[in-house]
Amino acid sequence: MFVFLRTTNAKTMNKMRQNRNEKKSVVYALQASLGMHNEQMRKRGGLMLAVATVLPLLVALYHFLPGLVDSFTYDLIKLQPESHLGEAINFFFYDTIKILILLFLISSLMGVVNAYFPVDRLRVYLTTKKLYGLEYFFASFFGAVTPFCSCSSIPLFIGFVKGGIPLGVTFAYLITSPLVNEVAVAMFLGLFGVKATLIYAGSGILMGMLGGFVLGKLKLDKYLSDWVREVQANAMIENEKWEGEKTPFIDRLPIIIKDGWDIVRKVLLYVIIGIAIGAAMHGYVPENFFTEFLAADKWYAVPLAVILAVPMYANAAGIVPVIQVFVAKGVPLGTAIAFMMAVVGLSLPEATLLTKVMKWKLIGIFFGVITLFIIVLGYLFNLIL
Amino acid sequence: MEIKILGTGCAKCKSLEKAAREAVEKTGVDAVVTKVEDIMQIMNYGVMTTPALVIDDEVVMTGKVTSVDEIVSLLKK
Repeated sequence: MFVFLRTTNAKTMNKMRQNRNEKKSVVYALQASLGMHNEQMRKRGGLMLAVATVLPLLVALYHFLPGLVDSFTYDLIKLQPESHLGEAINFFFYDTIKILILLFLISSLMGVVNAYFPVDRLRVYLTTKKLYGLEYFFASFFGAVTPFCSCSSIPLFIGFVKGGIPLGVTFAYLITSPLVNEVAVAMFLGLFGVKATLIYAGSGILMGMLGGFVLGKLKLDKYLSDWVREVQANAMIENEKWEGEKTPFIDRLPIIIKDGWDIVRKVLLYVIIGIAIGAAMHGYVPENFFTEFLAADKWYAVPLAVILAVPMYANAAGIVPVIQVFVAKGVPLGTAIAFMMAVVGLSLPEATLLTKVMKWKLIGIFFGVITLFIIVLGYLFNLIL
Repeated sequence: MEIKILGTGCAKCKSLEKAAREAVEKTGVDAVVTKVEDIMQIMNYGVMTTPALVIDDEVVMTGKVTSVDEIVSLLKK
């Protein structure tokens, strides 16, 4: 009995010691996490403060930009407002700054959307639910909000195929992805205004849907690369659980903003070159110069513009300022939009990227169908706009 | 420890690789960082968005570049 008591006593003593140790370590951990917490809080506070000051400043700058640039070009460096040079320089500074602000804001906004867009859930959703055609819209819309880059497009394409999503729906994504991107939207918004931007983005999404639907009906699966066909044969409906994003928004913001800034930095040079060319043309090329070939009453204008544009590879940043001048000099907006779509939506680098997952024949059909659609769209816009 | 960066070689993948290397240096863990660029190999991990971070054959993060600190905390797990 006594022995038993002693052992229990020793046991409890041990337990108590253990408890104390545990308590101690809990206290340490708490202190550590509090310390980290404090630092984190300070970081977050600083970040919020930075956003709260920079954002209104950008908006204010955007708002007062015309006046500022006017006083800069005409008062400070004393150029004549009526002169070609004065006009061109004014145009250049105004557009460059305006577009950089827009580009930064839109890239960051798209970054936020992207960070929270549930790709995996979308895939599960597309494979498991009967959507009566709405799946084309989802895939196309998804293409619009994600940035087009080799990093995401091919893995996503395979991911879709692997999940057993029909090829047509996958194509809907693949069409819209390069067509509607943050750079194109920012440039359109800055140079053509809200209405043209909405038309551009909306018709881009619509085209993804229609193009995907038509390509899906053509039964093109046999022209996929052999290894992709293997993946497709082993496709299964994955019902994996979707894992929500656990990192709080405020902690993800710095990287999102940095990404946004990286996009601006990457296209900065193209923006400047594009706008410089645009500004030069704006000031010097006479009205109606381009209309000789591309006017609305010339039936061949749209196909000519589109076919010229397909092999051209320029990013949206470089090409939109030039197109804006075309429009200002009398080329109809529909022709311009069709041209723009063909330049950014179909390009040789994209084709080479696609060779990894499909045979050349399929790439040819894909490009052909999209070219046709863009031409039809161009005519349509010229009729209704 | 084996750390792999999955990505077809775009700018984001490179910055993730850089961050991973920095994180390894910071924590001093014994780890090998390798980059997987082959699309077929990448697909074997079942990721849909790259860049992705794989630690000891387990995909821990996809579709974004994270800060060095975040990778450090992933390494400590």
